[in-house]
Order: sequence, then C-alpha cells, then structure tokens
Amino acid sequence: MMHAGAEVIAPTADAPAPVARLPRRRGVELSLIVLAVLLSVFGYCAVGLARNGGVPPGAAGYGAGLGVLALLAHLTVRLRAPYADPLLLPIGVLLNGIGLVLIYRLDLETPGDQAAPTQLVWSTLGVALFVFVVAALRDHRVLQRYAYVCVAAALVLLTLPILFPAVNGARIWIRIAGFSIQPGEFAKVLLAVFFAAYLAANRTALAHAGRRIWFMQLPTGRVLGPVVAIWLLSVGVLVLERDLGTSLLFFGLFVVMLYVATGRIGWTAVGLLLASLGAVAVGRLEPHVHSRVEDWLHPFASIAAGEGPNQLAQSLFSFAAGGTFGTGLGRGHSVLIGFAVKSDFILATAGEELGLAGLSALFLLYGLLVERGYRAGLALRDPFGRLLAVGLASIWALQVFVIAGGVTGLIPLTGMAMPFLAQGGSSVVTNWAIVALLIRISDSARRQYDGKAAP
Amino acid sequence: MMTRHIRQAAVFCALLLVALLVNAARIQVVRSESYDDNPANRRAVIARYGQPRGDILVEDVPVTGSRDTREQLRYERTYLNGPLYAPVTGFASQVYGTTFLEHAHDGVLSGTDPRLSPLPLWNDVTRSLPAGGNVVTTLNPRAQRAAYEGLAGRKGAVAAVEPSTGRILALVSAPSYDPAVLSGNGPGVEREWARLNSDPDRPMLNRAVRQTYPPGSTFKVVTAAAALDAGVIRDLDAPTGSPAPYRLPGTTTLLTNGGEGCEDAPLREAFMWSCNTVFAKLGVDVGLTDMVGTAEAFGFNAADVRIPFAVAQSTFDTSLDRAQLALSSIGQYNTRATPLQMAMVSAAVANGGQLRTPYLVERTTRSGGATVASAGSRTVRQVVRPSTARRLRELMADVVREGTGKNAAIPGATVGGKTGTAQHGIGNAGTPYAWFVSWARGDRDLEPRVAVAVVVEDSAAKRRDITGGGLAAPIARSVMEAVLTP
Repeated sequence: MMHAGAEVIAPTADAPAPVARLPRRRGVELSLIVLAVLLSVFGYCAVGLARNGGVPPGAAGYGAGLGVLALLAHLTVRLRAPYADPLLLPIGVLLNGIGLVLIYRLDLETPGDQAAPTQLVWSTLGVALFVFVVAALRDHRVLQRYAYVCVAAALVLLTLPILFPAVNGARIWIRIAGFSIQPGEFAKVLLAVFFAAYLAANRTALAHAGRRIWFMQLPTGRVLGPVVAIWLLSVGVLVLERDLGTSLLFFGLFVVMLYVATGRIGWTAVGLLLASLGAVAVGRLEPHVHSRVEDWLHPFASIAAGEGPNQLAQSLFSFAAGGTFGTGLGRGHSVLIGFAVKSDFILATAGEELGLAGLSALFLLYGLLVERGYRAGLALRDPFGRLLAVGLASIWALQVFVIAGGVTGLIPLTGMAMPFLAQGGSSVVTNWAIVALLIRISDSARRQYDGKAAP
Repeated sequence: MMTRHIRQAAVFCALLLVALLVNAARIQVVRSESYDDNPANRRAVIARYGQPRGDILVEDVPVTGSRDTREQLRYERTYLNGPLYAPVTGFASQVYGTTFLEHAHDGVLSGTDPRLSPLPLWNDVTRSLPAGGNVVTTLNPRAQRAAYEGLAGRKGAVAAVEPSTGRILALVSAPSYDPAVLSGNGPGVEREWARLNSDPDRPMLNRAVRQTYPPGSTFKVVTAAAALDAGVIRDLDAPTGSPAPYRLPGTTTLLTNGGEGCEDAPLREAFMWSCNTVFAKLGVDVGLTDMVGTAEAFGFNAADVRIPFAVAQSTFDTSLDRAQLALSSIGQYNTRATPLQMAMVSAAVANGGQLRTPYLVERTTRSGGATVASAGSRTVRQVVRPSTARRLRELMADVVREGTGKNAAIPGATVGGKTGTAQHGIGNAGTPYAWFVSWARGDRDLEPRVAVAVVVEDSAAKRRDITGGGLAAPIARSVMEAVLTP
C-alpha cells in the first residue's frame, strides 16, 4: 500500500546502479519558489499600476525581502531535510506572498491602518520559526515524548486570553508590547501533537477493548477518558471565549484523527450527532451565534429591514462583483465589508479582484497543500507520524472550509483566519510551523526508501 | 488498516474542497447578476461617481464641471453660474439624486447609456464605463442672463422659445439657488438641503415649468384665437355688442373692467385695453366645445409634456357652466398655465398658427463630441388658421404700439404682446401676478425669432403697481433684445 513517494529512477543499461536513489527534487522546489516570489511581486506591481499608474516604489525591496526569506527556508530544507516534499514550501511562500499583496492592497483604502509591514514582520518570524523547527527537530518522533507537555501548554494558551479584555466580543487575544497574539492558533498545533501521540499509543486499546453496547464497541473509560476530558475542556474554554470557529476546528480535528486512528465510523457518527445537537443548542441559546445563523439563512434581511447590508451581504456582493475573471488587483471595492476585511474577510478581496478563476486557484493551492500532508502521512510507517501529518493537514482543510465557507455563505460565518492569507501574526507563524513539521515528516517518509527498492 | 482510514479522510477533505468550489461558482457566476443589481450594493454608485460626469453645454460652453474629491464617491458636480442655470441643469447630488437635465440625461452624463459604447458589448467585455457624454442645450446665454437679471431675485419665472423650431432659449426661475451646494457627501449637503426645503420662497421650485399660475388677461390671446377661428368675430373693428358691466350668465354677479370704454368695444380696442367684459362674453359666445378645443390645441390639458424633463400640466376646465366659462375665458376660475405654456401660446401665434413642441436639448454627444442623438425636427401642430394667427399678431402688435404693453417696444423690431394681472387667493386677497407674453421680429427678419412669457409675483410692490405692463414687460423686452441682437 505504501507506494507514495516511490518514484524510482530506473537504472540505465550502461551505468550500473546497484542502489536506486530517490530524486531529491530540491531543484524543482527552488524553481517553484522563484516562480512564487515572481508571482507575488507581479501582484504587488499590478496593485500599484491599477491604483497610481506606476510600479510601487517598494516593489524591488518587497520582492527581495520575500525572496531572501524563501531562499533561507529553501537552504534550510536543502541542508537538513533534503528528501522533503518539494511542493510544501513553494505553496507556503506563494500563499504568504499573495496574502501580503492583498493586505498591501487593502492598506491603500485605509490610510490610518497599515497592516502589511506588520504582516511582513510576522512572516519573517514565521520563516524564522520554520528554519528553527526544520534545523532543530531531526526526527518528528521526538515530539511524541512531549505529548503531555504539549497538552498542558495548549490549555494554558487557551486559558490565557480570559485574563485579558475582550476584543470585538471574543476573548481570544492577548496584547503584549503593541502586538496582538492569538494563543489559540498555537494551541491547535500542540493539540494535534497531543492527539497524535495519545491516539498512536492507545489506538489498539481504543479500537478493540471495552464492552459492546447495542451496535457500538465502547472503549474502556481508562483509555478514552483523558482524551474526552481534554477535548471537553478545550471546547469549554472556547465557548467561554466565544471563539466558535476555533471550537469547530478542534472538534473536527478530534473527530478526523479519532477516525483515522480507530476506524470507528460509529464514534464519528456519534461525534457528528453530538456536534449537531451542540450546534443547534448553542445556535438557539447564544445570541451571538444565533445572529450568525440568522445572517446565514437570510443574508439580506438587514437590507429588507432598512439597516443596510451586513458584513456577510457585503462579502457576497464582493464575490459577485468579481465574476469569472475579477476586476483586477486594486480595482475592487471589498473595503465596503468594513471591519475585519483584512483578516476574516480577506478571501472576499481575492474573490472580487481575481474572480472565480483566482479564487479556484487559491482553493486548489490549499487542496494541494492538504494533499501533500496526507501523502506524507500515507508514506510514513510510524503511527504517530501518520496521525500527526493527517492532523496537521486536516487543520488546514477544516480551517479553510470553515472560514471560506463562512464568507461565501455556504455555512454560518465564524471568525477565523484564512491560512497564510489573512492578517494576523499568530496565524502566519503557526502556519509556518505546520509547514516545517510537514517538511520534517515528509523528509522522514521519503528518506526511509532511499537506497532501497520501493516495496 | 490505518492507510484506508487516511484515504477516507482525504476523500472527506476533497468533498469539502468540491463544496467550496461549487459554492464559489454559484455566487460568483450564477447569482452574480442578482447580487450586482441589489440596490444596497454600493458598487454601481461608486462606479457612477468614479469618473468625471459629462457636461451640460450652453452654446458649446460647459456650465457644469466635475471636481475630484479622492473620496469613495470620487467626482463631485460643480456649476458655473449655478443659480442662473439651476432650473435647466437641476442638481446632481451624491445624496439626493438628480433632477431636471441632470436627471433626464443621466445615462449620457454618467456614462451608463449603452449608446456611448464605441462597439456593442465593448464595455461589458472591458468592465469599464465609457467617459460621460455631454448634453448640448438650446439655450441662448444672453437671453438667459437678461431674464435672470430682469427678475433680479423677485419671485417669478421667464420662458422663451424660438417660434419656428420650438427651441427653448431661456428658462429662468427666481429666486434660485446654487445646485453645487447639494453635490457632495458631506454634512454640509444635508444642512443645505434642509435650508433650501424650509425656505418659504422655495428656491428649488422651477417656476418656469413646474408651477402653474392663473394666466389672467394673457389668456385673452387664446379666447381671441377661438373667437376668430370659430367665426364669432369676423371684423376686428366691428362692435361686439358687449355690455359693461357684464352680468355673468345665470347669476347676478356683475363683471366690471379696470378702465372705461369697454362697452360695445370692437375686438381690437377690447384687446388693447384688456376688457374683461368683452372677453368673458366672447368666451360664452364661442361656447365650451370650441374654447376647450382651442385651449387644448395650444397645449392646455396635455399630460406628460417633456422638454425632456416633465412640465406641469396647464389646465382649462372641460366641464363648466356659462358663468364659469366666462371667467375661465379671461384666465380666471380653474384656468392655470405654466410660464412655458404661455410662451408656447405666444410662439404659436408668432409662427403662423403652427405650434412646435418645445425642447431644451439640441443633441447629446460622446465626450469626444460625436453625436449620440439629436433633437431632429419636432412635431408640429396647426393650432389656429394662418389668417387667425395673422390677425392675432396684429392685435398683439397694437398692444405694444399703443396699448398696455408699451414698455416692451424695441426700436428696429416688431413686437407683439399681451399684459396680464391675474388675481388669486380666496376673495382675490392674494398678491396678483404680473404677466406679460410677447413675441418679437427684427425688421430684417422674415419671421418672429422669439416668443417670451414672463410672470412676476411680487409681494413687495404696492398692489396697484402690479401690472403686466409695468413689472413684466421690461423683462420680456430685454430677453427679446438679447435674442434679436446678434
């Protein structure tokens, strides 16, 4: 079954090659990174040309900055993870670059709020973390040892914002020295590590032990208890903080990883049932959530009521205005969305200015990113690594679905950052950490075949 | 075992991706148009103000402009001589919409008119608006200014048309306002809007086309036309057998005149001295059917007249008893007319009995000057027989030569006119309106070149001073002079 990554160069007739070497493909990665940087600089110039009729003065510096960051990351991979998947890093660079272009473009509409320079600083920090993780973490299995440290840290991070004042109705930020940090972003990686370690260690027990009630095989409380407890606690904290997007993400992550570890469709069904019941109950009782559900069902109700379009309606207008090919960068009016246009609603700017063509390209990039994560998971042999790869990739999949589905009216809107694109330092840094972990995992996955024939 | 679960989870993720893609296509392509057309979507408005608005031209000189504000609704309307041209241009406000020409030709001015596109569907493909086109008016700037300065802020209006074509040469309403104060987005706009709307003098009311007045004695032109056309009067100098005072038929009310000499006066004398008794009796003699027929031929009771913006309906009641008919025939009772309507009466007389539909826009052009649409020849209607028109011109010329309209005489030109002092209000307590309608032909012209109607409502003047000849005729004269002088 483990055939992923088994591309073997066939030995040629005249050059005896007793050992088949896997291609490392670092050259492919480098070319794609150059392409990603060029695309971002092109977008930056397009904004300037559309707005002021000239290439923006910072174009060279911006391109050089992004290029140096990407090159540093690439060199680290070349030196410390030479077998890594060659698509992960270029896609990360491209998405981050496009995100910077979109934020820079929106900065032009809000002269009082310049977010792009800050975002560039955070991107630099993100790449620095990437370099650190890839260089320092020689084997992902090391993380397994720190499972309980991770979960403790995650809970601390999740609890921390309760001590800080709420921002826009949600207690998810802490402010230190002028920087806003969203600890929940980091917590999701730590939780993924914990879930992976715990489920890897206990999956046999989970899958086969315990009593059978009706049609379901129940695991022993000793095994399942801690997981459920931790999960309940984290979700409880989130409901208290009213950050329902992250809550939904944690729940989805838990269900996906549990299913992958145990293959118990019954538990997944029960989990989804519980989630639906919880969603209905919260939707009924919590006014904040209730209004989100109402907006989703009737996005134009506020217009009919004479209060003007709400954010979701403005977001839909924005996407619609883009049509198939978009208005072109710098020529849309997504700024009408108002609050959070650079963060939660950043996708609307992409939809309006790049059109369905550009938006689909973005979705496919995310799809490719997730696919590379899953592929690394499939190629690995150790259960922890497999679960971790699947978990990290699923974070992206779920997060993209929750926020993109929210701003396009597919599901009720919950505030969440579009990975790499959205304004938000914690999110960018976290996503670079995830890329670093997947680079490490994919390196291990392919390294194990090097020098051997593929099974 | 786990491999299969990972693959199943991957399929789940792929389903999420497909759902996102399908939904994106739904809102960006399938539902795109209905979202774009939602009135709450500001994009259409932003695009509308995203480029300079086309201009309104008077003799090829723009009287409007655009100012770049760098705001979201970027270009703001400006006006040169705003108060002078306000009854023609109207305003183009980012808050309160558009009126008059700004409204009637909004598509051309804003660039949304499909005829501005160089090729069919071109702008749909490029997703851009063509530059706003221009609107060229028929106005004569000297006549417009003469009328505006003649009114000098007194409440009133002036309408002037070219009889042979129907081109409107002047359209003035006073007191006026500067439409530029309503252009922008700022709080000042709302303040000005409130101020203009609460002003008792109603400066935004376009009195030349949107206000009807009792036409008073100027309506005697219509009554005389009906009497001549119906054959009730065959000789201008034959006695009409009218008593003075005249008892309104079926009542005991006696109608009197301001002056002497109206008893049994011939039409020429009665017209010159504006005898109410003679014309009241004439109207009754002509009868309701012919009076209504003639009035409607001149344009009364016509609904939905557009020049291209709508003109208020002038009225001549169609169901009257004889006493009411008598009063209606001297421009009282329910008879009401806009100044433009009375200018049309004068123009039809001047033009041999043919009435040309009045119009204000010569042509619309692309920003480069290529014509989009031109006025072309307007419909024409024979209102009265040419012989009737000739005799009416004679009567009107007498008024200016010897009668109540001497103030309108112009050396080197033949001028015909009719004064009017219309009473209104309950028991005629309100300030009367001073009217003057006239036409003028330069001695070297083949036909009259201008027809004017002036109305002045002036509460400051003493009641007895308010006469058409005293207040309104000098204004009409200066307008006519402005047109006749090259």
